[in-house]
Amino acid sequence: MPTTAAPVDAGRLDATEEARLWQALGELTDPEIPVVTLREMGIVRALRRAADGQVEVVITPTYSGCPAMDQIADDIAALLAREGVPGRVVTQLAPAWTTDWMTPAAHEKLRAYGIAPPRRGATGVTVSTVRFTPKSGATGASSMRSKGQFYSQSGIPCPQCGSVNTTETSPFGSTACKALYRCLDCLEPFDYFKPL
Amino acid sequence: MDYLLHLADNALVLGQRNAEWCGHAPILEEDLAMANHSLDLIGQARLLYQHAAALAGDGATEDTLAYFRDATQFRNYTLLELPHGPPLAPTATGDRDWATTIVRNFLYSALMVLVWDRLAQSTDPQLAAIAAKSLKEVRYHLRHARDWLVRLGDGTAESHRRAQAALDHLLPFTDEFWTASAPEAEAAARGAGADVAALRDAWNALVDEALREATLRRPAAVNGYVTQGKEGLHSEHLSYLLGEMQSLARAHPDATW
Repeated sequence: MPTTAAPVDAGRLDATEEARLWQALGELTDPEIPVVTLREMGIVRALRRAADGQVEVVITPTYSGCPAMDQIADDIAALLAREGVPGRVVTQLAPAWTTDWMTPAAHEKLRAYGIAPPRRGATGVTVSTVRFTPKSGATGASSMRSKGQFYSQSGIPCPQCGSVNTTETSPFGSTACKALYRCLDCLEPFDYFKPL
Repeated sequence: MDYLLHLADNALVLGQRNAEWCGHAPILEEDLAMANHSLDLIGQARLLYQHAAALAGDGATEDTLAYFRDATQFRNYTLLELPHGPPLAPTATGDRDWATTIVRNFLYSALMVLVWDRLAQSTDPQLAAIAAKSLKEVRYHLRHARDWLVRLGDGTAESHRRAQAALDHLLPFTDEFWTASAPEAEAAARGAGADVAALRDAWNALVDEALREATLRRPAAVNGYVTQGKEGLHSEHLSYLLGEMQSLARAHPDATW
């Protein structure tokens, strides 16, 4: 059950139906990361009855251009049809989605799947410049050999071996929501679900 | 409405331009980065076009706005339509220069971090919501471009030379940021838009700080012609870009896929 992604404005649905729908929605997984559910991701924001009697499932996009959003809306519409509930999917932008809404269960599932979960409350931009050459002003042959001249340590634990001696390869990975990292100890690359 | 189109066209045109790297970037990681970057920008453009279409209420849709307007109706900065190459690049299909891409992304993202931050307080609630979302994304764009700017500038002799050349080429186009068009002035006056001129000092600080670390020299202001892409007066490059982007939708109107 989501903790931080608590449903809001859900009071106008019959309690039994609401519980049944939340339960059913809890089965829907993220199309890009099938080990986590849409609820655990904090993508499903609310369930409510609209003025015209239809049930509205409110979702919020992770990234503006996330191509999974259409699939997610289709999956939810299909679920409503299966459940025999006349309803629709409504997209809501504000408040903007944040990785802080992902539940602890989602974090654990991501880690087990090989994706490092996002740091909480770490929204914002850190700098970890990868360099072709040592920083200007750095002198001496020893500094040329120091890895620290070329990489900065990220401190993000490697999902394979747990080492925090890891570095960012690129802030953009296989999907909009992930960054590419690699572990400098086990030398494996891994995805990091980046904080947003 | 015209102000929203200005913001949307900026995002769409740069998103389309940067997507040219898809399958062609110097390394695989950067291929992914550019595709992600374009996805964010095109996503932002879609949200803005949808909002503009809803306000217009004349049957316009995000698709009619993106695919069925011509170059003179686009309101993007000229900077964003230029090919990934040096001045006088004859076409966009020649050799692409990664440094040009990085410098442009840096100059534009540095502006948009400030603009979206301001627009998150817009009196237009939907624009404020789009801005709050876009701000999170553009922070990553700025970081990516800034990291690469330092890597290239404070890099090898060749990477430094290319980064400096790209900066010399592109910086004059940023003069267009600071002259308010009529829709910008109108939107700023009612609190819906950003007064971009007021962001100039903050932008200069971001740029100068990064250039210092990148060991690049800021070219002297030329006080020459200021481009007016946002008024619909574009370089020759935009219509080629649109020709490619719009051809499918125009050949098969109302097609869905």
